[in-house]
Amino acid sequence: MTIRNALRDHGQRYRPRMSCLRKVEKVLLEMQDPNTGVKSQPQRLVITTIPHAITGEDIVAWLADRFQIEAQEAKNFGSVLVALGYIYPLQDHKRLVIKADASLYPIYLAKRNIRKKGILELHEQEQYNRLHKWMNHKWDFIVMQAKEQYRAAKERKKPDRVVFDCQERAYWVVHRPPVRKHTHTLDLHSFNKALYKCKPFTIYHGRKHYFLPVRCVTDSELFSCRLVKYCATYSGHDPFLSKCLPSNPWLTDDTTYWSLNMPNVEIPSKMRVERWTFSFKELLSDPRGRDDFRLFLKKEFSGENLAFWEGCEDLKWGTAATMKEKAEQIYKTFLARGAPRWINIDGKTMEITVKGLKHPHRYVLDAAQTHIYMLMKKDSYGRYLKSPVFKDTMKKATNPEEHKFNDSQLEQNARNRRPSLSPIVIRQQEQEQRAKMAANAPVDITQVMSKLSKQSKEVPPRPPNK
Amino acid sequence: MCDQTFLAATFGPCDSCGKASPLMNIYVKNEPINYCSFCVEMMACQGLQSGETLTSLKKESENLKKKLEEERGKLTDVELHQVAEKVEAVAALSIKTRRVLKGHGNKVLCVDWCKDKRRVVSSSQDGKIIVWDAFTLNKEHGVTLPCTWVMACAYAPSGCAVACGGLDNKCSVVPLSLDRNENLAAKKKSVAMHTNYVSGCTFTSSDMQLLTSSGDGTCALWDVESGQLLQSFHGHTADVLSLDLAPSETGNTFVSGGCDMKANVWDMRSGQNIQSFDSHVSDINCVKYYPSGDAFASASDDATCRFYDLRADREVAVYQKDSIVFGASSVDFSLSGRLLFAGYNDYTINVWDVLKGNRISILFGHENRVSRVRVSPDGTALCSASWDNTLRIWA
Repeated sequence: MTIRNALRDHGQRYRPRMSCLRKVEKVLLEMQDPNTGVKSQPQRLVITTIPHAITGEDIVAWLADRFQIEAQEAKNFGSVLVALGYIYPLQDHKRLVIKADASLYPIYLAKRNIRKKGILELHEQEQYNRLHKWMNHKWDFIVMQAKEQYRAAKERKKPDRVVFDCQERAYWVVHRPPVRKHTHTLDLHSFNKALYKCKPFTIYHGRKHYFLPVRCVTDSELFSCRLVKYCATYSGHDPFLSKCLPSNPWLTDDTTYWSLNMPNVEIPSKMRVERWTFSFKELLSDPRGRDDFRLFLKKEFSGENLAFWEGCEDLKWGTAATMKEKAEQIYKTFLARGAPRWINIDGKTMEITVKGLKHPHRYVLDAAQTHIYMLMKKDSYGRYLKSPVFKDTMKKATNPEEHKFNDSQLEQNARNRRPSLSPIVIRQQEQEQRAKMAANAPVDITQVMSKLSKQSKEVPPRPPNK
Repeated sequence: MCDQTFLAATFGPCDSCGKASPLMNIYVKNEPINYCSFCVEMMACQGLQSGETLTSLKKESENLKKKLEEERGKLTDVELHQVAEKVEAVAALSIKTRRVLKGHGNKVLCVDWCKDKRRVVSSSQDGKIIVWDAFTLNKEHGVTLPCTWVMACAYAPSGCAVACGGLDNKCSVVPLSLDRNENLAAKKKSVAMHTNYVSGCTFTSSDMQLLTSSGDGTCALWDVESGQLLQSFHGHTADVLSLDLAPSETGNTFVSGGCDMKANVWDMRSGQNIQSFDSHVSDINCVKYYPSGDAFASASDDATCRFYDLRADREVAVYQKDSIVFGASSVDFSLSGRLLFAGYNDYTINVWDVLKGNRISILFGHENRVSRVRVSPDGTALCSASWDNTLRIWA
């Protein structure tokens, strides 16, 4: 179990994630400014006049102007404002709210039932029936309340009544959306033409200012140059910035790009080989690159460095149960005096490693691994890039032509999408291959002898001859 | 490796408990001592010593913070966008939705790519995990978990298992199988046990280890086979919402971001908090390393994304705009690191130019907030998961 931290700031309880709403409220306050805000006018709705109504078009235009953004973004922003309930539509309510526990909602539904004389929207009707069944014991009270509210509302002036009614509908829409997939969608087609009103509210004063000035904090020039250089080096390989050769599978539905770049493909592509030259890390992290490097090291008779490094990685990331044996195995194979694949590390590192091996843990070979890594990077990597092995690979590398599909071909590709081999199958195949290789590998006589001696102890007594 | 952060971790007997383990190098009253992470934790929980009061300790920490800022300010004064002025601008991108993955019954909370560049695993509020072949839109595997709100999911590097966790306070590993009739949930193995919800999980370089972050304020490294806790990371004072492993081969560090507005960089071996960045003004929802491994970006509820350099130990860029008022929930870099994709709670994904700091384009399409964006391993596509129950592949 993890240790509990004594000091805990229960952020959600004391400081809810409302900073974005404060910003939104600020924007809305600006919108309501009579001089610089959105144009509002009294709007006729059937036979009543609603004061201070605004059109969707005006909202979008004002937002686009205020923030210097495109119309689509302004529309999106406006629709989120509606979804949050800061602006509510005067017509065309598409959603209604469902609240099953309190009686406010049933009162509201009952009131509407009375007003509309029994004509409610379908989901409203469903909810009404459901609530009627569940809250039967309180139904008299609910109906009485609804009648009271209806009577009181009748005494208000018509414009106020319509506005209040719309506010109420919007409130329930936001707080109790119906059980549907898209709870906050906005019909963008009618958005522009529909009429809206801003909910009046007060904004906090003296609050922390959340808009931070755009300042690029000073940093080391070295870092900026490194960053720019990294981006420049890799931008030719970034599918979002330059073309994928032969084509991006997601765009053309043609998977040639992936089959050409399989982890263990025989002949890599030119782009892939180029990436190996960017850094040693790139070379090692690409399985095909690592294979090529291994071939080169074999020719130089220094393959044990890479094997040791791989063994250490296996130890670090492997399962805890086999850790001790792995550490012992690596020590016997690479570090012990007279080991079959002895690696060359300096005296101090060897001392630290041997000491650590007395109580082996997964990071015990870290120092030695780092040393070998730096050795390979500074020495072997440079020579590899100049070697005939690499030059040969580079020459043979494929440079696929860019695909040029016309529309009908693209459609055909889309129809011919095929599934690929599951990673599970691939792993099974790899395991089989490894088993085959192990079976054919040169036999280590010491291991065979120890295995035989173990077996002789386990062999059951021979059955008597028939 | 000299162009990556490399720490020499010391191993050996701890100064206080004597056990041999990876040690943290800390300074108490300017004296270096070597304690194992457990003893450090014990020390942190001690009460006030004689001569110390809460105010005096607070003052001391403020002074140290000020000193740190001074040291940071001494570094040379060239801003990132000045150097980037000479770089040519990114051409207009035409990124469109190429696939829409429909099938979840409720909000999709998390998504992760498989190393084969076309499969994804996604988890949702309805307790289901689906493994898709995003290219053909096939659903290959489905797992139903007993808990709702599966907030974290991860694909194993081998592609043969997935990890998932959420409100059940656990992170479990489910081995995938080709047999369609098999009930995958039966083979589920609980690996991580936290005292609060699991907000993020990721495998390390192999299937055998799992790194998790949790609402109880800690991150932890687990051995999958045995379920053993290998290392725990304490330092956040509120829920940890996200983590990311460094992409270096030595792979020894990771960064985490939490509700305490801090992003911390940790050494996986010793459990030590190496660096901390606290320039955000609201919860950090997501952290992601730059492809080269010596910088990272964070997305926060304060509607900004920030970019931090690990070697200069400071924030180097802020990505924000007046018209963006809703929090950013997730970030990811493109392959070259030039583009930063950020998903926001106003249903959009903004594409930022990392070097110049301006926004290149916006991606519309989702009908509810975007919970996670992930670039595919070969950089060919972007997958976004949203509360509108769908996932979209953009390219």
